Amino acid sequence: MRHMIAITSNWFTPQMLVAFAIFGTLPLWLEGVGLYSYIGLEVLIWIIFALGFNLLLGYTGLPSFGHGAFLGIGGYAMGWFQINVAPNLWLGLLFAIAITALFGAAVALFISHRRGIYFALLTLAFGQVFFFVASKWTTLTGGEDGMLNIARLPADFGFVSFSLQHNYALYYFTFAVFVVTVLVLWRLVNSPFGKVIKAIKQNEMRVGFLGYNVYFFKWAVFTISCAVTGLAGGLFAMAQEGAYVQVMSLQWSGIIVLMTLIGGGFVSFWGALIGTVVYYLARDILGTFTETWLLWYGLMFMLVVMFKPEGIAGMWQDGVAYLNRRRGAGIPPVAVEPARE
Amino acid sequence: MALFEAQGLHKRFGDHVVLEEINLAFEEHKLSGIMGPNGAGKTTCFNVLTGRYKPDRGRVVFDGIDITGKSPGAIAKMGISRSFQVMNVFDEYTALDNVLLAVPEVRRRGLHILYDLTNDTQSNDKAEQILAKVGLVGKERVLASDLSYGERRALEIGIALAAEPRILFLDEPTAGLGTEATAKLADMVDRIKEGVTIVIIEHEMNFLFRISDVINVIQWGQVVAVGTPDELRANPWVQASNLGKLA
Repeated sequence: MRHMIAITSNWFTPQMLVAFAIFGTLPLWLEGVGLYSYIGLEVLIWIIFALGFNLLLGYTGLPSFGHGAFLGIGGYAMGWFQINVAPNLWLGLLFAIAITALFGAAVALFISHRRGIYFALLTLAFGQVFFFVASKWTTLTGGEDGMLNIARLPADFGFVSFSLQHNYALYYFTFAVFVVTVLVLWRLVNSPFGKVIKAIKQNEMRVGFLGYNVYFFKWAVFTISCAVTGLAGGLFAMAQEGAYVQVMSLQWSGIIVLMTLIGGGFVSFWGALIGTVVYYLARDILGTFTETWLLWYGLMFMLVVMFKPEGIAGMWQDGVAYLNRRRGAGIPPVAVEPARE
Repeated sequence: MALFEAQGLHKRFGDHVVLEEINLAFEEHKLSGIMGPNGAGKTTCFNVLTGRYKPDRGRVVFDGIDITGKSPGAIAKMGISRSFQVMNVFDEYTALDNVLLAVPEVRRRGLHILYDLTNDTQSNDKAEQILAKVGLVGKERVLASDLSYGERRALEIGIALAAEPRILFLDEPTAGLGTEATAKLADMVDRIKEGVTIVIIEHEMNFLFRISDVINVIQWGQVVAVGTPDELRANPWVQASNLGKLA
């Protein structure tokens, strides 16, 4: 029984349940706080994107400045499949994941032996190549006009089929995908695989001297990250009912980095989620007061990097540690490994 | 036949020849020392032996297998482990996790996504035993970054030891340690040398002469003397050099 509890607690954490509760009930209160249904959908899709991206940046310490390209590839793959092959939601999403993972795997072959600034610059270069190709290959992508008429296909389970036309219907479908993504990624980062990638972030050379194939682990984590990004891209294409080249631009690749860092992806699994929510709140709430919201968001990023590089999640962890110290109860005599919740 | 041999190793960086013609042989279950003045090429020699650098000439043979130019990972998997002169522990991990990562069973499960390490009592027990061996009992849950310098040195060796090596290379393990901590380290090396072949680079002569079975002296990128501590003390070349005074 104790063993079962241990397994269950490793699969589900209180933080996870809180996140599921907030996003599971979001349609019930979103409009009550002055927001609109589509924003919830977009936030959830970008959270999936950010969680996949954070696997690379926060967990493995590999900065990718071209990840927007993979979001775009996922969108195009989803659209191309349903328009040219079969209008099937499941196969379309699988195709988006597979194609994006394939592109990611190919790129990772070239960049996984690099680290730091060289790794970052190579991702930027590949991202720009994909962006340029997508812009010019108009017969496939629609170029600047985008790939239009991507349908919100029904979620067909054989015995029952759900229409995803309404924003909230697609939201709940995306929520289900989000739950599965969180569970899979949580398991991944808490598995031996996760231990190795976190060790690579701390000391890549030493990991190699322990007998691990560092190149392979970096390749694998880049590919997995791209697969998750492709999933988000497929969902985003459905949400927008089109796939557009703008998301592949350097600006969008930069925004996912900002989101992850501000949220605290380096110290917490939930940093990517927090950062995404903060970005959209800044855009939609701050944006109602001033057109220069991005300037203020940029300043916030600068302040975080200067004074608290661990981001909002890091501030939260500090606050909890401070309260624990003040309570003076149940505190270990020495610092222990943060739970990275 | 020696367990590990270096034959005619040559390594240069640009115009600077660091290893001229290195020949070494490390016998199984013996503790071999490598000594020499600063800049003699000791650490470069270690880096060539453990796969970090590829030699320009020469061969490295382990248990009859030519391992010259193999990657550090491939070499580690064959049962060759090393520690580093500059501290190379995982600061964000606890002492236990540092060691756990090096345990071969954990390495074999590196790609198991569903595997839960916290429930792997066998690997955890093994890691705890290693920590006990290197004198870190009670520090299992302490972050590596919060350990004292001496404890981090011990952890560095613990990580290398956890890989269950057949041969363990220790690169200046006493670097930065005081007299008391060095004596503790010598006791620890005495404890761990049962069942594992150890090679130590060291500039702390008293330490090296106390624990070594055989010592190789390297100078100007060459092995200039080999022998037991007593033989080396009597060696005219060693006596004439600064090394002789230290020994």
